[in-house]
Amino acid sequence: MVTAATSRIEGLRNGAAVPVVSLVLIACATGLLVGSLRSATFAQLTVQGLALGAVYGILALALVLVYRATRVINFAQGELAMATTYIAYQLIQWGLSYWEAFAATLAIALVLGTVLELTLIRPVLHRSAIAAVIVTVGLFVLIDGIVNWIWGGDFKSMPSPFGTKIYHVGGVSISRLYIGMFVVVIIAALLVWVLFRFTKLGLGMRAAALRPAEAALVGVRVDWMLAVGWGLAALLGAVAGLMAEPSQFFLEPTLMQPILVYAFAAAVLGGLDSPAGALIGGLAIGVSLNLVVQYVPAISSELQEPFAFAVIIGVLLLKPSGLFGHREVRRV
Amino acid sequence: MRGRIAALVSLAVVAAVLCVLPFLISDYNLSLAARVGVFFIAVLGLDILTGYTGQISIGHGAFMAIGGYTTAVMSRDHHTNLVVTMLVAFAICFVVGFLVGLPALRLSGAYLALVTFALAVSVPLLPLKWSSFLGGRDGVQTSHEVSNLWLYVVAWAASAILFVLAWLILRGRVGRAFRAVRDSEIAAVASGIELPVYKTLAFGISAAYAGVAGSLFVLANNGFAAPDEFAIVLSLQILIGAAVAGLGSLWGVLAGAAFVGLLPSVSSSVPVIGSAHGQDVVFGAAVILVMLVLPDGFAGLLARIRRLARA
Repeated sequence: MVTAATSRIEGLRNGAAVPVVSLVLIACATGLLVGSLRSATFAQLTVQGLALGAVYGILALALVLVYRATRVINFAQGELAMATTYIAYQLIQWGLSYWEAFAATLAIALVLGTVLELTLIRPVLHRSAIAAVIVTVGLFVLIDGIVNWIWGGDFKSMPSPFGTKIYHVGGVSISRLYIGMFVVVIIAALLVWVLFRFTKLGLGMRAAALRPAEAALVGVRVDWMLAVGWGLAALLGAVAGLMAEPSQFFLEPTLMQPILVYAFAAAVLGGLDSPAGALIGGLAIGVSLNLVVQYVPAISSELQEPFAFAVIIGVLLLKPSGLFGHREVRRV
Repeated sequence: MRGRIAALVSLAVVAAVLCVLPFLISDYNLSLAARVGVFFIAVLGLDILTGYTGQISIGHGAFMAIGGYTTAVMSRDHHTNLVVTMLVAFAICFVVGFLVGLPALRLSGAYLALVTFALAVSVPLLPLKWSSFLGGRDGVQTSHEVSNLWLYVVAWAASAILFVLAWLILRGRVGRAFRAVRDSEIAAVASGIELPVYKTLAFGISAAYAGVAGSLFVLANNGFAAPDEFAIVLSLQILIGAAVAGLGSLWGVLAGAAFVGLLPSVSSSVPVIGSAHGQDVVFGAAVILVMLVLPDGFAGLLARIRRLARA
C-alpha cells in the first residue's frame, strides 16, 4: 500500500526527461565495456574509477540526504567523515577488530550527526538559510582543529580491511581492495534505499523532507525525522571515510577534502535532491577523471578538478537541476 | 531626514577613526587594520551580489586570485605602478565576473552556490598548469614590497572610493532593479527590468570589487601570489564575513570584515589548549557561536536595536 502510493509520486516527479538521460548513461556504460574489452589498461582504470567513484557517490549521497531534509549544503560532511574515520582508528588501537570498529563507528556517526543537527543546525535553520550553511563551514574548521589537536597531523595507518590480494582476469589485474570498496558502498546504498522505501521510518523521513506541513498534520514528527536524516548522512559519510582511507593508504586530517570536492560535483551532476543521481554522478566522475587524465594529454593531473567542473557546468547549462534532479516550479 | 544625518555622522566617525588610527597603533596592528580593509572590499562586493540581487557565491576567492595574480604578474614583468594594477584588476575581474554571470543566469540557489564553489577550487589550480607565466606552485613575486603604512592608506582609500561607488550604484535605478530581482524575479520582469542585464551586471561589479581586494591581498602578503594563498578557505572567509555582516549595512560590512580579518590572529593568541591547532578550534567555535547568536548577522542586530530604540 505504502509503496504503491509512493511509487506513483516518484513517477510523477521524474517526468519525461529521464529516458534521454538513461539512454546517454547506457551509451556511456556500453562505451566503457567495449573499451575495457579492448584494452587491459582501460579496464583497470575503469575498475579503479568505479571504486573511487563509489566513495565520491556515497559522500554525495550523504550531502543529498542533508540537502533534502534541511535544504542545507553541509560543508562539514567530509570533515565529519574524516573525524569518524579517526574514531575507527582509535577503536582499532584499543583492540577492536576492523569490522567491529567499523560497526561501532557507524553507530557513533549516527548519534553524532543527529546530535549536531539538534544542537547546532536546528536553532538557526528557520531563521536564515545562509546562517545554517555558515554553521557547517564553522564546523568544518572546528572538526579539523579538534582532530589535529587529539590525533596530530601526521600519517596514521589502519589495517587493510580487504587484504592486498590482486586478481588477474584475462590480463587485467584487479586489486581486491577496489572490489571491496565498491561492494561495501553499494551494500550501504542499498540498505539506505530499503530503509527509505520499505520502512515506516523511511516513509516518515521522506514525507518530512518533501512535505513538512502535511507530514506534521498526519502525525510525523518532522523535526525528529530531519535530525535522523542528518544522523544517517553522517553514517554514510563514515562509510565513505572508512572506504577512502585504504585507497589513500594513510589516514591524515586532509583525507576527505579532495573527496568532498568531487562529492559536491557528483551531487550537482546527479541533481541535489536525487539520491540515485548522487551515486551515479559519483561513479561517472570517478571513472571519467581516471580515464581523462590517462588519455587526454592536454588535461594533466593539475587540471583534473577544473576539467571535472567544466563538464559539470556544461551539463548544468543543459539541465539546470542536474541529471536526475527535480525541477523547481515556481508560482507567481 | 534624521536617518540620513545619523548615517552621515556615523560615516564621519568611521573616517575620522581610520585617519588617526595609524598614529596610535603599532606597525603590526597597522598591518592587521590594512587586512581588515582588504576584507572590507571583498565582503562589500559579495554583499552587492548576495544582499542586493540574492545570488549566492562561494567563489569570490577565485576573483581575488585573478586580481591578485594580475597585480603580481604586471609588477613582475613591467614594474607597473601598483595602484594602476589595481585598476586593471578591477577591469579584468569585471569582465570575468560578467562572463561567469552568464551561465549563472540558468542556475539558482544551491546549484549556483556549488558552481561558484567549483570556480573557487579550480582557478587557483590554473597557475600549476601554466607555470612558466604564472609561477606554478612557487608563485609570483611583485617587483617590490610595500610598507604597512602604504598598504593601510591605499586599502582604506580604495575601501572609501569603492564604498561611495557602491552607494552611487545602489541608491538609484540600478539598485532598485537589483532589489526587485532579489525580491521576485517574475515581478521584476513584469515591471520591465531586463533580468539578464542586471544579474550579470551585479556579478561583474561584485567580482571587480573582489579583484581589487585580491590585489591588496597579494600586497598584504609581502607581494607574493601563490595558489595556496587563494585556497578555498579564502572564499569561505569572505562568505563568513558576508554572513556576519548581514545584508545592506555599512556597520555590518565593517563588523564582518573585522571578524574575518582579525579572528585568525586573535584566536591564535588564545592559549586554550596549548596546541598549534587551538587556532582552528577557536575560529570554528567563534563562527558557529556568532551564527547561533546572530543568524541575521550584524545588520539584523542593528535593526533589532533600532526597533527597540523607537519603541
